[in-house]
Amino acid sequence: MKRLAFLFTPLCGLLVFHATGVFAGDPSGVNTYSESIQGLKFSVNFAWTLLSAFLVFNMQAGFTFLGAGFVQKKNTLNYLAMSFIDFCVGASVFWLFGFALMFGGSKLAPGLLDGNQFIGYSGFLLVGDSYDVSTSVLWIFQIMFAATACTIVTGAVAERLKFHVHVINSVFLCGVLYPIFGHWIWGKGWLELLPFGAGARDFAGSGVVHGMGGLVAFIAAWMVGPRYGKYNPDGTPNVIHGHNLLYIVIGTLTLIFGWFGFNAGSTLAVTELRVSIIAVNTFLSAAAGSMVLLYLSFYKTKKSDVIMTCNGALAGCVAITASGAYVPHWAAILIGIVASLITRISLYAVETRLKIDDPVGAISVHGINGLWGLLSVGIFADGTYGGVKGLITGSGWQLLAQFIACVTLVAWCFSAGFLFFFVMKRLLGLRVPVNVERSGIDIYEHGTSCYPGI
Amino acid sequence: MKKIEAIIRPEKFNIVRDALTELGYPGMTVTEVKGHGSQKGISEVWRGRRYRVDLLSKIKIEIIVKDADVEKIVNTIINESQTGSIGDGKIFVFNVENVYRIRTKESGETAI
Amino acid sequence: MKFATNKIIISAWLLAIISGIFTLGSGIVEAGDPNGSATYTDSIDGLKYAVNFTWTLVGAFLVFSMQSGFAFLGGFLRQKNMLGYMAHCFIDSTFGAVVFYIFGFALMFGGSQLTPGLEYGNSFIGWDGFFLAGRSYDVQTIMFWLFQMVFATKTVSIIAGAVAERMKFVPYIIYSFLMCGLIYPIYGHWVWGGGWLSTLPIGAGVKDFAGCACVHTIGGIMAFVGAWVLGPRKGKYNPDGTPNAIPGHNLVYVVIGTLVLAFGWFGFNAGSTLAATDLRISVVATNTFIAAATGASIMLFVQWALTGYIDVPFICNGALAGLVAITAPCAYVAPWAAAVIGLLSGLIMRGAVWLVEVVFKVDDPLGAVAVHAANGIWGMLAIGIFADGTYQGVTGLIMGSGWQLLAQFIGTIVAIAWAFAWGAAVFFSLKYTMGLRVSELTENEGVDVHIHGSPCYPVEEEFLTPLTGEAAIDLEQERKQLSLLEEALSKDREREKIYSEKLGRWVYARIKTEKNKTK
Repeated sequence: MKRLAFLFTPLCGLLVFHATGVFAGDPSGVNTYSESIQGLKFSVNFAWTLLSAFLVFNMQAGFTFLGAGFVQKKNTLNYLAMSFIDFCVGASVFWLFGFALMFGGSKLAPGLLDGNQFIGYSGFLLVGDSYDVSTSVLWIFQIMFAATACTIVTGAVAERLKFHVHVINSVFLCGVLYPIFGHWIWGKGWLELLPFGAGARDFAGSGVVHGMGGLVAFIAAWMVGPRYGKYNPDGTPNVIHGHNLLYIVIGTLTLIFGWFGFNAGSTLAVTELRVSIIAVNTFLSAAAGSMVLLYLSFYKTKKSDVIMTCNGALAGCVAITASGAYVPHWAAILIGIVASLITRISLYAVETRLKIDDPVGAISVHGINGLWGLLSVGIFADGTYGGVKGLITGSGWQLLAQFIACVTLVAWCFSAGFLFFFVMKRLLGLRVPVNVERSGIDIYEHGTSCYPGI
Repeated sequence: MKKIEAIIRPEKFNIVRDALTELGYPGMTVTEVKGHGSQKGISEVWRGRRYRVDLLSKIKIEIIVKDADVEKIVNTIINESQTGSIGDGKIFVFNVENVYRIRTKESGETAI
Repeated sequence: MKFATNKIIISAWLLAIISGIFTLGSGIVEAGDPNGSATYTDSIDGLKYAVNFTWTLVGAFLVFSMQSGFAFLGGFLRQKNMLGYMAHCFIDSTFGAVVFYIFGFALMFGGSQLTPGLEYGNSFIGWDGFFLAGRSYDVQTIMFWLFQMVFATKTVSIIAGAVAERMKFVPYIIYSFLMCGLIYPIYGHWVWGGGWLSTLPIGAGVKDFAGCACVHTIGGIMAFVGAWVLGPRKGKYNPDGTPNAIPGHNLVYVVIGTLVLAFGWFGFNAGSTLAATDLRISVVATNTFIAAATGASIMLFVQWALTGYIDVPFICNGALAGLVAITAPCAYVAPWAAAVIGLLSGLIMRGAVWLVEVVFKVDDPLGAVAVHAANGIWGMLAIGIFADGTYQGVTGLIMGSGWQLLAQFIGTIVAIAWAFAWGAAVFFSLKYTMGLRVSELTENEGVDVHIHGSPCYPVEEEFLTPLTGEAAIDLEQERKQLSLLEEALSKDREREKIYSEKLGRWVYARIKTEKNKTK
């Protein structure tokens, strides 16, 4: 009964709220579209942005594949469920208030008028003026990004975090943590309006999406502690390997496929023909990153290590996300090379020095490379797009702006993330019991194993 | 009657089986097993870091033979599966009390 | 000491690559139109650009997703070699892209003048657009590059299937370099880059809409030569020359891979117009799907008639055969012709499998030769037969003109000869310099563990020693043992041959193919 009432109250609230939505923006699109050049421009850009959003959605499948390959067989279903549920929960929360906090006041689409430099407050539930075709396109594209940030955290805490803590974390990340920082950079917030260079620029979200996800993952993995058997009494790490490398390779390929939408789609308009350069930069950076790590692993261990190669490709993709639109191709290759080297170093540093257990490498691949991606805009931007000029054109101001954004990101993620996980630890406890961890979370949390009968 | 239990390298299995067939012993029970001796395992690489797999897969062959043939068969298996490197495996020989063929209810050496 | 020299070599390599990129790539001064503001205007023409960009880029993304399809097809292989095959597929797409960026694209499209910055070249080779720098740093050229790059990397990946389970990794990379940098671009230049085949004065010149010859025939013939030079896998052929079937490990992956490939093929064919304003795209996409469907259906019946089973792997291969065969003619033929092409492609694929496996005794684990080479050739010829003259003035035999067929024939022969010559040169020289084949031990235990350091499906954690660090592993000892083992195993093949001749067969447990099935 209590549960029914719990469900019933918000439903009633929603109905009342929606019924007031008579003063809608342009929900049918007839006012936005007209048989003219301007109208056609809208329809081309709608097609582009929606297709890109669908590609980005496909990245959820990629992340799920990737993580499922990296975890042990006994925890696979738990990972799949975590990776799936954060999208569903995140989308609901983002619709309720996350979007409004992020884009209120940005005036990017109708119905997003109210907000200041620190937080937005219009566009709740996509009702009223924000019940508009243009706003909905922006929303569907942005929710895919928010869900990506959420999914990144899953990888670092896999195999030991309690399921409901993860659900609450998705609510918190998609509803508060991500939108507020996103507002500062994408929603006409104070970082975007910095008086240095062109203001802090993060084209498709190296910092906002991947940096955010990776750094929260860092805090989460640190608070929740390493998996059972990961560290010896003397502090040296053991290898706990995954169960299916096919999933890792397929996951990486699916992610790169989706990344084309992630980066090139972020123009939100195909009438900006720069999209082709963005797509090519994305791919070249991934290619360079994977080649360097293949080469290094070959010389270090005498084996051509496929997992490192995949990680290199992802690292290149993450690093080029912020700078894809602003840099020439040779810089994209350099960014990819540096990103892969950073990944390799930080994988070791996180594992052996900081003693943080990160099963899929989310901290190194997404967190650290997200920061590098932000900085790379300030270094390599060649001034051909958006007036962003980096060090190679002789101006250091952009780099300063990017640096401020980096520091803010780190401070924001660490403080808010720490607070959240600290409260959760006191209230609910973060970890599953140790015997469950040994025998596998699948049966304990979800009642069945991922591979029944094996 | 004796039971010969040989644990050998998987890559040597085909040739051992050919050799036994040629001797006229096509009947055998084969199991895929995992294990290690006093020397432990090989190393593999996971994301740039080496680790040790100490239980390696081996093939276990079980054959029941007449007492007179034991030496011949053991020698064949040793000859064919010896490589001289660690991990070639072991052979154990046991006594067998009796053998019954379920189809015809025969027992003793005729049932082998 | 040895490690220090390695470090020096690595840094030297990186330094050389970086400085090369810097010197050749930094010519931004005379860029074309790098941000698109000069190409796009608020007008009908500007919108045309925007629509065509959307179409071509989405097409390119779809073609990229075919790489996952290729990787999934590794279900045809044995479990112990799965990771090696996927590594080949993955490295192709990344390594090949960089090679194509540095010079492959310039050789292929220099002089074609299809987009800005591609001006210099003759009818045999192009030389403009290196590093996509200078005038070719232009939104149109770069869109075009992305679409062509994914095609180039697909061509390379075709061979991965034929040489799987037994090829060394470094020779594969060298081959991949040559393929993406020279073999594919130069032939591509002749057909697509305004070269001598495309301007042949017979019919409308050699037409290859989305790459039957350029991609599939070249890739398939190279695969044939590669598999032939490598030799069959151990246990594939009996002493009397009859083939054994070596079953794959996961048919789920095969079916999923086929579906992913068909999904990507819509981008491959329909995207090849490079323009959504060319509304023929709907016919192209429809033809593509019809051919795949008929190719799969005919294989269903053929295999059922031959063996009495609904043979899922062959149905999947039939669909792929139809897709390959329709790649060249998809824009020029009517849907009924697509159905005929698809039906015949299935039969051709089945015939080619028999020919390659039984007559030529070339071991091709994924059927790359049968699917890509045979049907690539058939697709090229099909244009000359079925083209109905409604698109680009290409008329085939059914319209009463045989000239187009002649042109297609010449184009195909050139493709076969080109790929065969290069293939023989590349694979034989690699064979006699660094060796193509992995060692006996590696082939026995699988390339995954020995070349890539980890099996594709690692064992449970309980089978590992939980408390050993890196220091506890004595690599020197391990290497010594491995070399001992390798030496012992290298003598095995002789002894196995003696036994199998005595016993009249190679290995029992392998399922006998065709013959047993028909019984």
